[in-house]
Amino acid sequence: MHRLGLAARITLTNGVAVGGEEILVHGVAAVCDPLGGLYLPELGMLVVSDLHLEKGAAFARRGMMLPPYDTIATLNILAAVIGRYDPKVVVSLGDNFHDRRGSEHLPADLRALISGMARGRDWIWINGNHDPDGTVDLPGTATDELIYGGLVFRHEPSLISGKGEIAGHLHPSATVRRREKSVRRPCFACDGDRLVMPAFGVLAGGLDLRHRAMQGLFNHDALVAHLLGRDRIYSVRYGNLLG
Amino acid sequence: MDSTIDLPVPFTRWFAEKGWRPRAHQLELLARAQGGENMLLIAPTGAGKTLAGFLPSLTDLVRRGKLPPGSAFTGIHTLYVSPLKALTVDIERNLMKPVTEMGLAMTVENRTGDTPQAKRQRQKLVPPDILLTTPEQVALLLANKEAERFFKDLKYIVLDELHSLVTSKRGHLLSLGLGRIRRHAPQVKTIGLSATVSDPMDLQRWLVPRGEAPAAPAGLVHVTGGASPDITIMGTESRIPWSGHVSVYAIPEIYEEIKRHKTTLIFVNTRFQAELLFQELWTVNEENLPIALHHGSLHAGQRRKVEAAMSENRLRAVVATSTLDMGIDWGDVDLVVHVGAPKGASRLAQRIGRANHRMDEPSKAILVPANRFEVMECQAALDANYLGAQDTPPVGEGALDVLAQHVLGMACAEPFDPLELYDEIISASPYADLSWEMFERIVDFVATGGYALRSYERYAKIRKTGDGRWRVSNPAIAMQYRLNLGTIVEAAELSVRLVKRGATGAVGRGGMTLGKVEEYFLEQLVHGDTFLFAGKVLRFEGIRENECLVSNAFSLDPKIPAYAGGKFPLTTYLADQVRSMLADPKRWQALPDQVRDWLSIQQERSMLPKKDELLIETFPRGKRFFMIAYCFEGRLAHQTLGMLLTRRLERAGAHPLGFVATDYSLAVWGLNDIGGMIGEGRISLSELFDEDMLGDDLEAWLAESYMLKRTFRNCAVISGLIERRHPGKEKTGRQVTVSTDLIYDVLRTHEPDHILLEATRRDAASGLLDIARLGDMLKRIKGHITHLDLDRVSPLAVPIMLEIGRESVPGEAHDAVLKEAADELIAEAMSP
Repeated sequence: MHRLGLAARITLTNGVAVGGEEILVHGVAAVCDPLGGLYLPELGMLVVSDLHLEKGAAFARRGMMLPPYDTIATLNILAAVIGRYDPKVVVSLGDNFHDRRGSEHLPADLRALISGMARGRDWIWINGNHDPDGTVDLPGTATDELIYGGLVFRHEPSLISGKGEIAGHLHPSATVRRREKSVRRPCFACDGDRLVMPAFGVLAGGLDLRHRAMQGLFNHDALVAHLLGRDRIYSVRYGNLLG
Repeated sequence: MDSTIDLPVPFTRWFAEKGWRPRAHQLELLARAQGGENMLLIAPTGAGKTLAGFLPSLTDLVRRGKLPPGSAFTGIHTLYVSPLKALTVDIERNLMKPVTEMGLAMTVENRTGDTPQAKRQRQKLVPPDILLTTPEQVALLLANKEAERFFKDLKYIVLDELHSLVTSKRGHLLSLGLGRIRRHAPQVKTIGLSATVSDPMDLQRWLVPRGEAPAAPAGLVHVTGGASPDITIMGTESRIPWSGHVSVYAIPEIYEEIKRHKTTLIFVNTRFQAELLFQELWTVNEENLPIALHHGSLHAGQRRKVEAAMSENRLRAVVATSTLDMGIDWGDVDLVVHVGAPKGASRLAQRIGRANHRMDEPSKAILVPANRFEVMECQAALDANYLGAQDTPPVGEGALDVLAQHVLGMACAEPFDPLELYDEIISASPYADLSWEMFERIVDFVATGGYALRSYERYAKIRKTGDGRWRVSNPAIAMQYRLNLGTIVEAAELSVRLVKRGATGAVGRGGMTLGKVEEYFLEQLVHGDTFLFAGKVLRFEGIRENECLVSNAFSLDPKIPAYAGGKFPLTTYLADQVRSMLADPKRWQALPDQVRDWLSIQQERSMLPKKDELLIETFPRGKRFFMIAYCFEGRLAHQTLGMLLTRRLERAGAHPLGFVATDYSLAVWGLNDIGGMIGEGRISLSELFDEDMLGDDLEAWLAESYMLKRTFRNCAVISGLIERRHPGKEKTGRQVTVSTDLIYDVLRTHEPDHILLEATRRDAASGLLDIARLGDMLKRIKGHITHLDLDRVSPLAVPIMLEIGRESVPGEAHDAVLKEAADELIAEAMSP
């Protein structure tokens, strides 16, 4: 709820970046934003990942009528983050749409919303496993991978080398436990070399950092989870998550 | 005995051979059912209820005789529905005995989720005369194209344990099914079998078609009497604890009772208590008596084994939860021990009925209260049992999510005419008041989700065709319906498999499956943590695919599975009794010395509230100020009240820090002197406890409520918005299915009036939030609030003070926890 509620507040105030956490990824400065975007000031670039737009519609096609408001909700938050940083480049790190048919069937008003946000800046759609064929009728360029400013941007984290890699796909979340109370939140997962982005889509969900799918990706001694809090980022070392 | 009743020869001969005589109520029920009445039989355990319920069918089938080979297809004659799978199996055994002994030519079969596919298929082609089944199977049979053929010859529907069925969503589903069956078989008559209830007329109406031209309520045969049960409260040498729920103090005494009896059934209220009690009993079980454990999370195979051993009288004791509440015949149980307070007088009566299945001999039961308040509660329940008071919940309004499921099912059966279906639905008593407008919204919800933004028309699950009927869009929808059918939604669970220590690699395969644990509990565990499950202390090894791997541990301090639910709130009736007992020192005579002393000291130091008075105590302790409200309205209502009061106290500047709720009272604490603020008039208690808290404050809190999200999840699954997770078919973690919490947030932000949110609020009002009860209390205490500002904690406050820190409201901890963890990182970074 907090991201949905907050998005409305920020579009109103159009405030400065508060509560963000500045970190280094492979020597490049980055700001983890509590709304789930990563801003790279030196590159003027905003990275978001796993928007899963039109997830509701994708489920409706299979007979589960999820609320048709997920796309507008996600785009509202995206507009808020773009408003905050006014980036030169926006990179959407794949699984931009929940399925292959999503971008083609996107309702016109939502399409216009994206076009509006993309005006005056570069927009790069990285292809994901849900939407490997790129986008239809949307501004920007679709590609499998982007190498830029000493970093590599791809959807799925590489198993070979993670140095300087910014990826998505896994929807990392972390559980913090203190005195018998647990809080689970989406997080940026970064060990200094590699960063895996939290899922940005409002229906995207999360996968715990301790899950097997995360194994072998990070140096656990250096791994820090940057959790999305109500209005700030909370950074907790991997080894300290459970107290 | 009654010559006007025409009992066929095989029956009179059978009764004579056994040296029995048919009982008056059995004959009365038979006569009136034969006369064409729908009937309700209320009788205590051991009164021959089952035979009474089936006599009209059996005699009718005997007269019909065996169907000659080659005769035309004949549908079932009698449908028997029970709330428990196990009960249908048990009844088949009990029914086959007289049927075989009398040599009656009729077929009796059961059909449950466990029945093999081939047999179910065959039952559709060659239906038995008598089918024994569950509400879910009835819905499945009705959603089938062959439904009319199958049900058209139906004469009787026997509904067992009706009192327990009607108050749940399963009862709602069944009532809708009855509406449809009556269309196929207008001649059918219902026979309800029930334990004693507070308002039989509720059930009498439930059994007949309502709607615009309601039928006369079912006839009533009420068997009273039977021997009064012999109930005592366990005396103990040890101190009765101030708080807690587990009665460990009484273990030696319970063990002595087990030794003294043939078979003891030990009932507890939660699985948590069952696990702990079982373990404690075994630590004192020097004679190695066969003592078993039975609760809903255990593996089905394990439960069946216990049940079999039980009926063969091979066990000396079974520790059980409500899974054993209902009518199954369990061998020669001669003692029921009820651990923890019974929470309801009717529930206690039902459980005690498990001991000694003969009506004319008294059942023997011992109550073991877990703490001092429970001593009073047990005494109140005991008085109630002697007085025959009943406090079963009323039959509620039909749930909307269940209705959505039924509407889809009816479209799967055959295209439906909305007017016809509406008539059928309002003939079911829980839905008698359903408006046409609400019905249309439900149909719209089933078709496209019922959203104001109409973007899913082309994906509609059901469509209106040229002739005005609604039909399913494609066969896959019907398949989806069948997989999602039912009204019981389990929390996401993983199987627990026992492996060798440290074996998380390939060698870990093939160990024994012990049962299921909820996913959220496992999320909190790390490798090496221990917990109590299936009566063993287990060590958590890890999660692989959809299994939780564990090994045997020998830890003495296990964590214990925190199963959701299972804690019954105190009924209004018992709450009333406890309040009047508190107010009337004469009634304390029956209580143990320890408890009497406790109440006397309370009277000296503070006071005891009068029956309809709300006592509020405030006092400082440590660096905090406490406010205790003795409401006696049950944990759920107190939790809701706690949430709302802390919001109000925050606004009043009292800086509340937290609260904890028990069945009896509510404690709120904060940094400012709440008592002083009340004394100075800065906080007005009548305003604080005003009914208007159920308006805006409630709405604001619901937005974030964990309890409401859980209710929403159930509604989303039952209504068919999202698919049920099926064992073995869950996707791997990486493709997590969509979280209902996220759907809830999106829906609440964008369409707060959506029908599913309305369904959720209705459920919560009577369920997890108990708003209805809270509202009644706020009305009752208006002008009757007494405040005492004390200089230290009062005796009556001790039990709830001890709960602080032990119980917390789940899911309501937020950023504070994150901040604490993040600050550690900062401290680490800043240290030299």
